[in-house]
Amino acid sequence: MQPLYKIKDLTIDLPTWGDRKTAVTDINFELYLDEILCIVGESGSGKSVLARALMGLFPSKHVCASKGEILLDGEDVLSMSADKLRTIRGNKVAMIFQEPMTALNPLLTIGKQIVEVIEVHRPEMQKQAFQKAIQILSDVHLPNPEQIFHAYPHQLSGGQRQRAMIAMALILEPQCLIADEPTTALDVTTQAQILKLIKELQNKHHTAIVFITHDFGVVAEIADRIAVMESGKLVEINYAKNLLTSPQHPYTKKLLGAVPSILPAKSRALSSSSQTVLAVRNLSKVFNTRHGIFKGVTREVRALSQISFELKEGETLGVVGESGSGKSTLAKCIARLVDADDGKIFILGEDFLKAKGESLRKFRRNVQLVFQDPYSSLDPRQKVGSIITEGPILHGENREVAIQRMFELLQIVGLDKKSADRLPHEFSGGQRQRIGIARALALRPRLLIADEAVSALDVSVQAQVLGLLKDIRDEFNLTLLFITHDLRVAAQICDSVMVMSKGEIMEYGATKTIFESPQHPYTQQLLGAIPGRAYWLEHQLVTQ
Amino acid sequence: MRDIFRRFARNIPAVFGLVILVLVMGAAFFAPAIYPQGPFEMVGKPFLEPLTDYLLGTDQLGRDLGVGLLYGARVTLQIGLISTLIAIFLGLTIGGTAGYFGGWIDTLLMRITEIFQTIPFFLFAILLVAILKPTLGSVIFAIAVVSWPPMARLVRSEFLSIRNREFVQACIVMGMGHWQIIFKHVLPNTLSPIIVTGSLMVATAILIESGLSFLGLTDPNVMSWGFIIGSGRSVLRTAWWVCAMPGIAILLTVMAINLVGEGLNDALNPRLKNI
Amino acid sequence: MVVSRLQYIRRRLLLAVPIIFFIIVLNFLLIQIAPGDAADVLAGEAGSATPEYMDQLRRKFGLDQPIYVQLLTYVSNVATFDLGFSFRHNKPVSELILSRLGPTLLLMVPVLLISVSMGILLGAIAARYLNRWQDKTISTVVVLTYATPVFWAGLMLIVLFSVKLGWFPTSGMEKIAAFHTGIARIIDIAHHMVLPVITLTLFYIALYTRLMRASVIEQNTMDYVTTARSKGLGEKRVLWGHILRNACLPVLTMAGIQAGALLGGAVVVETVFSWPGLGLLAYESLFARDLNLLLGIFFISACLVVLVNLAVDLLYASLDPRIELK
Repeated sequence: MQPLYKIKDLTIDLPTWGDRKTAVTDINFELYLDEILCIVGESGSGKSVLARALMGLFPSKHVCASKGEILLDGEDVLSMSADKLRTIRGNKVAMIFQEPMTALNPLLTIGKQIVEVIEVHRPEMQKQAFQKAIQILSDVHLPNPEQIFHAYPHQLSGGQRQRAMIAMALILEPQCLIADEPTTALDVTTQAQILKLIKELQNKHHTAIVFITHDFGVVAEIADRIAVMESGKLVEINYAKNLLTSPQHPYTKKLLGAVPSILPAKSRALSSSSQTVLAVRNLSKVFNTRHGIFKGVTREVRALSQISFELKEGETLGVVGESGSGKSTLAKCIARLVDADDGKIFILGEDFLKAKGESLRKFRRNVQLVFQDPYSSLDPRQKVGSIITEGPILHGENREVAIQRMFELLQIVGLDKKSADRLPHEFSGGQRQRIGIARALALRPRLLIADEAVSALDVSVQAQVLGLLKDIRDEFNLTLLFITHDLRVAAQICDSVMVMSKGEIMEYGATKTIFESPQHPYTQQLLGAIPGRAYWLEHQLVTQ
Repeated sequence: MRDIFRRFARNIPAVFGLVILVLVMGAAFFAPAIYPQGPFEMVGKPFLEPLTDYLLGTDQLGRDLGVGLLYGARVTLQIGLISTLIAIFLGLTIGGTAGYFGGWIDTLLMRITEIFQTIPFFLFAILLVAILKPTLGSVIFAIAVVSWPPMARLVRSEFLSIRNREFVQACIVMGMGHWQIIFKHVLPNTLSPIIVTGSLMVATAILIESGLSFLGLTDPNVMSWGFIIGSGRSVLRTAWWVCAMPGIAILLTVMAINLVGEGLNDALNPRLKNI
Repeated sequence: MVVSRLQYIRRRLLLAVPIIFFIIVLNFLLIQIAPGDAADVLAGEAGSATPEYMDQLRRKFGLDQPIYVQLLTYVSNVATFDLGFSFRHNKPVSELILSRLGPTLLLMVPVLLISVSMGILLGAIAARYLNRWQDKTISTVVVLTYATPVFWAGLMLIVLFSVKLGWFPTSGMEKIAAFHTGIARIIDIAHHMVLPVITLTLFYIALYTRLMRASVIEQNTMDYVTTARSKGLGEKRVLWGHILRNACLPVLTMAGIQAGALLGGAVVVETVFSWPGLGLLAYESLFARDLNLLLGIFFISACLVVLVNLAVDLLYASLDPRIELK
């Protein structure tokens, strides 16, 4: 069979002020109809640039191909005229993007944006445009297609928007669909639905799909073939089954090894007589959001409803939930960044919510946080050394002592002593998280809350930082509250897991129990939605 | 720091603006040294055309227009700078408090800001100067009072966004007090937009001042550019240069400030130019 | 939709009440700060009122009463548009202002419409041909115009087009001595309108062009634009069908904010061109030291601005579906 796409020796240059010379170098591969090719890579691998280049889309005139060809049915996309490119986009080759909220024009209805494709490419079909749009909207399983047609993007949920985008891309039955991380911004249950939809549509229309992702779980779930990219180079490409079971390239092996296993880590033996570090009783929080151009309408959101649980010294509790579950609010309430409406929080036996003024200030050092976003959790103007010593000095520690401790901490988190004199922007995401951990540890907190601390990191870096947290936790017998949306990550580090949804606790238990015999239907749903679950279970069991 | 200078230096219009500004500031600074007798001195026959005995001609009272412009630079810059500094201070305080503390304080302060933005500011400035009697002080006060709302809005939105950043949350969790957080962490990260907006505000202040003095609302003891234009209005047909020259001076100065302000903006926030 | 829009208007007007109230209180404070007896201020020009009128004034405003009663009286007077009496013009102030409102609106409305539409157009062109000669020309002109004081621009335009070239009249709204009627009058007024409108428009075109240009450049980097291109839309369609509408929104917001500034601009333009509107009235009252009249103009202008803001908000809400009208 002839390939739809044949990419030969492709090299795309980056502007001279960039941090790299090329986005992608010497890329060679083929794409056939009726297959899903997953392109996997971490950030900076060049996968997004490559995906867009297949359509001749370049972010600016400074990013262009200096070598090679992209042959679409024998014709080179790179030397096509602007007009010719326009005729194939949306028509022969379509694309869907990562963030459906920003990828859709907020001022136009869904219907208008879908019908536009027909207006541009098949003006003779305009009379049937509405019908066709309704048809494709129901094909992507959107309820009430007519209502959706007249709706605006902001009126739909994330999953619905993504389905609408898929509808928009597939309405003219293109031969190829390029999907650039289309499920990365979605909840795991929504992601599972969208992946199922894509597979279903691909089966029906025999489309060639190029699916960009960083998540090997997603890859295991849907890929026919897999291409691995590292720093702009295509390091390995093979059939899914082969690549997943016997990867050849060291980078592939590293990536696969770094994916958090779905099987929980070995349970630790915890001392039964340890002190209760954290006790939460009936914690509740309601947010009143005001809407409208003059904030007249009030909507009530129950972020937390009667949450109660305990955490003993040395224990690691994972709080797992999707967006809107309340897990972040819980972390913020415990750290007193947000005031709860009702309930009590006891830290080391003290009523934390009653503390005020100076006593609150002093007591705060017992609860520290590691934050999610490495690019906003450090003051860009503050030197690393100052970031770490600021807390202890604030609490009255001698400056020299604090500096000594800072160097110790840098070593513990695996950073060079010289880092103390540098600014945050000189460090990578993973390194910044390490700095954040050092900062939190500097105050010797009794309770450490990690609020999605590894969620924004590349998978290989994620594994390293997770390993670091585990080591530190073990060495210093830290009590850890680990917030995450990813059950796989929770399985690696947590002794027990609390599953939350819509502000309530759905299930609570030892990690092993939750994973092997989940009781609550929501937990079962969450576990079932983990992408590539079947593969991992099979694979882990085989290697074990 | 050096990067900022280099980026600015590569911006030709900005450098051009800077040169003009330096000239204007030089004129303002050295005016009393060069012409100690002051601009009100009558030196020659009225209505002499430019490029005859006097470089820029004379006005209806025989005063040297060139001297008038030099002294005008002094007054204009003085008023522009001082009123802007006051307005920045007001805007910082009001906007910063609103943005950082949020809640009802924010609502209240923003309501007040909204009201001040609804009021036709030029009419209000006229009212203030008229009531307080036109002096250097009342003009500066009036301009400051009508200029602070945009700065307050800017500071509020900057403070609000930085307040929600995780490194500020880390400070709170650390037990840091509000003042320390504001001065050590929030303010330093908002400096760039404040500097840029502040410099552009000087230009606006100059335009307001010239408008006021054109209408006659100016300290009678000082000669500002707007005042010269206003006084030359009656002789527009014959001695048009009395109106033209000071106007060109205002235009050049305001344009220079705008160019420098935008140059600062590009230098402090480098973005890819040709996307 | 119509019902909710009416409801929205009503609620917005209610919101405007505290603003108006504050302005009236502000006026009151200004009267207190002003030198002399409040009655002197309220009577208008110094010495033009009869002693009987002054007494009447004192009683009416309760100037012997405690200050909060005075405030209440003042507020209720102003709120009912009783703004006092002007002896020089021999009319109640509110009537006087109303009669001069028309000529001012005659200038303001065209200025607003032309400056916003031209600004959007030029800004879009400049952004479309970024860094090419179209952009460079437009941007240079904008930089110059933006720095030009409005009153000076008017004077220079008069020198060039009226004095030297004689194409347009130097001042006034119409040739009163000619006693034109009907179409001839309209043409005459239009002829007189040209220079003042151009003067005031220049600055605002520059402002909106800059804003629009920056707005279009920013929208160009947005994800939905990439999506539009990936659907095979041509550059023209991307600009007109997608970018423009989104890019106009900040310009619209700015136009609302600038309503107050526009009225201030009217003062100087009407003064330069002797255009018989509110602005010239303000200048005259300044000259005559008629603080009461000036305060009245200030109040009415503020009310106008509130109305314009409401109109702009409605327009914005009709363009942006994310704003809920409820």
